[in-house]
Amino acid sequence: MASETLSLDIALQQGDFSLQATLDIGPGITVLTGPSGAGKSTLAGVIAGATRPDSGNISLGKTIFFNASTWLPPQRRKLGYVLQDSLLFPHLSIRSNLLYGHDKAAPFSLDDVASTLDITDLLDRSPHQLSGGERRRVALGRAILTNPSLLILDEPLANLDAPRRAAILPMVEQLRDRFDLPILYVTHSWDEIIRLADTLVLMENGRITAQGPLADVLTGQAGPAAMGIDGAVIEAQVSEHLPEAGLTKLETASGPLFISQISEAPKNQVRLFINAGDVALALARPDDISVQNILSATVEAIDPQTPPVVHVLLRLADGQALRARITPRAVAVLNLQPGLHVHALVKSVALDRDLVHHPV
Amino acid sequence: MDFWLTSLTPFESEALRLSFKVALWATLASLPFAIGFAWLLARHDFWGKSILNALLHLPLVVPPVVVGYGLLVLFGQNGALGPFLQDVFGITIAFTWRGAAIAAAVIAFPLMLRAIRLSMEAVDPRLEFVARSLGASRLRVLATVTLPLTLPGIVAGLSLAFARSLGEFGATITFVANIPGETRTLPLALYTAINTPGAETEAGRIVVISILLALMALGLSELAARRVTRAVHGI
Repeated sequence: MASETLSLDIALQQGDFSLQATLDIGPGITVLTGPSGAGKSTLAGVIAGATRPDSGNISLGKTIFFNASTWLPPQRRKLGYVLQDSLLFPHLSIRSNLLYGHDKAAPFSLDDVASTLDITDLLDRSPHQLSGGERRRVALGRAILTNPSLLILDEPLANLDAPRRAAILPMVEQLRDRFDLPILYVTHSWDEIIRLADTLVLMENGRITAQGPLADVLTGQAGPAAMGIDGAVIEAQVSEHLPEAGLTKLETASGPLFISQISEAPKNQVRLFINAGDVALALARPDDISVQNILSATVEAIDPQTPPVVHVLLRLADGQALRARITPRAVAVLNLQPGLHVHALVKSVALDRDLVHHPV
Repeated sequence: MDFWLTSLTPFESEALRLSFKVALWATLASLPFAIGFAWLLARHDFWGKSILNALLHLPLVVPPVVVGYGLLVLFGQNGALGPFLQDVFGITIAFTWRGAAIAAAVIAFPLMLRAIRLSMEAVDPRLEFVARSLGASRLRVLATVTLPLTLPGIVAGLSLAFARSLGEFGATITFVANIPGETRTLPLALYTAINTPGAETEAGRIVVISILLALMALGLSELAARRVTRAVHGI
C-alpha cells in the first residue's frame, strides 16, 4: 500500500493563542519541533481529532477529516496517536491493550508487532507491572495494530532515561520501514530530530517557520534562530574501521572523516551532525595540524545578520551543506566571498557517534 | 439466614424482608439513571447544567417530608400521574411497597449520583480519547473504558444508596404511610414500637437489628470496593 499524504491548512483560536498552519506530511518521519508553547501538541491534536479547528481543511489522501462542512470523528480517521504518558488502559492486560483497536485486515499480526517492539514476554502482564520504557513500547504497538495510515507520536520518549531512549529509537525507525508508515513525530529533543527526521518542521508561536528536508531546514535561515541549534547534518558512508587507532573512517564526496570507532558495517550510510562552532576555515590546505578532518568546500553564502559572529554556508562537492561560525574579522582577513574554494577543518569531537542513523 | 429469621418475631422479620426488598429495588432501579446523569454531568457541558445539578441534589437538602409530599402530589390517587399509571398500566404506587421504593430511590439518588460522578470525573479523559483514536465509538468507549474505570464509584454509590434506603423514614411515611406488610420497613416498625406503650423491648430489638444490618452492609461494600479497585487498577 502506497502511503498517503496528509494535507492540512487550518486556523484555530484558543484564548490568546492562535494557531495557523499549512503542512503536508508525506512518507518517512516528519519531525515537528519548536519551543514549549509553540503549538506542536495542539497541532498534533487537531490532526488526531481531539480539537476542532475554526476553519480550514484537513485530509489524508482522498479522506476528508475536516472542512467547512465535514468533521470526521477521531475513531474514523485511521490514525495512530501516541502521547508522552503512554495512557494504557489500566484495567486491561497488555494483550487486551494491544488488541483494543486491532484491525484484523492489517498485513501484520500481534506477534509481528510484539516482536518488533520486544514486548512478547509482557503480553499477560498488567500495565502497572511495566516500566516506563515498556509502557511506551506497548502504546506504540497498540497504535500500530490499528493499521493506521499515519502514526502521530507526541513526545513519545520524553522523560525516559538515555539508555531506554536509545533502545526505543531504532524501533521507531523499524516501524516506519517494516510497516510502511508515515510518522509525525513531535519532540524538542535534538538527538531525536537528527536521528529520525526525514522532514523537519519548525514551529513558533502557533506558526510554522520552516519546513523541508532536515539538511535544508538546518542550513536555512529559520533553523538556528528558532531553535538555538547551530550546525548541519551530513550523510557519509562507512569506509573502514581502524581498531588499533580506535577510529572509523567515513567517506564523503569532499574527503574522508575520522570518528571514534562505531559498530556500523562498512558501506552503510551514517548521519552526522556537525556543530557550526566546530568548523574552522582555511584558504590553503594546512598540513601540519592536529585536526584530521578536512573537507574541501565552496562558500555559498555569508550571513552577517548575527553579530558578533558570522555564519558561512558551505557546499560540499556532492551538494551537501555545512555551516561554519567565525568572526567578522576572520571573514575580512581571509577575504571570504561566495564562490571561493576553502578547506573546512572539522574537529573530530563534533562528530557524535550517538547520532548515527541508518537510512535504508 | 433461616435461623436468624426464625429467631425474629413475625413483626420483625416482616419489616426486615420488606426493608430489603424496598432498598434493593430502590437501588437497582436508580442505577441506570445515576450512571446516565453522572455521565452527562461529568463529561458534557450544556446550558442549564448547574440548574440540573442543583435539582438532582435537591432531595439531599430539602426535608424528606417535602419529598414525600411531592411524591404524594405526583403519584397519589388524585395526583398528576397516579390515576394514569393506575388506569393504563394497572400499577398502584401510593400506599404500596413500590411507593416506598420510589421514596427511598429519590432520597438516596443524590448520594449514588455523587459517588459515580466523582469516580467518573477521575477517569483521565485522554484515556477515552485514546480509545476513540483506536477506532472505538463513543458507546464502546463508555462501555469498555469509562464504566469499568468508574466501577469503584458505582460500587460505592450502590452501597451508599442501599444503606440510605434502609434508613429512609420521612418521605416514606409521608408518601405511603405505615402499613404492616406493605410499607412498614424497619425504621417505620421502630417508630410503631416506640409509639406503642410497653413495647420498649421490641424497640430495642429493632434498634439492634438495624445496627447489625448497617454494619453488614458497610462491611460487604468495603470488601466489594477493595476487590473492584484491585481489578480495575491492579493495585
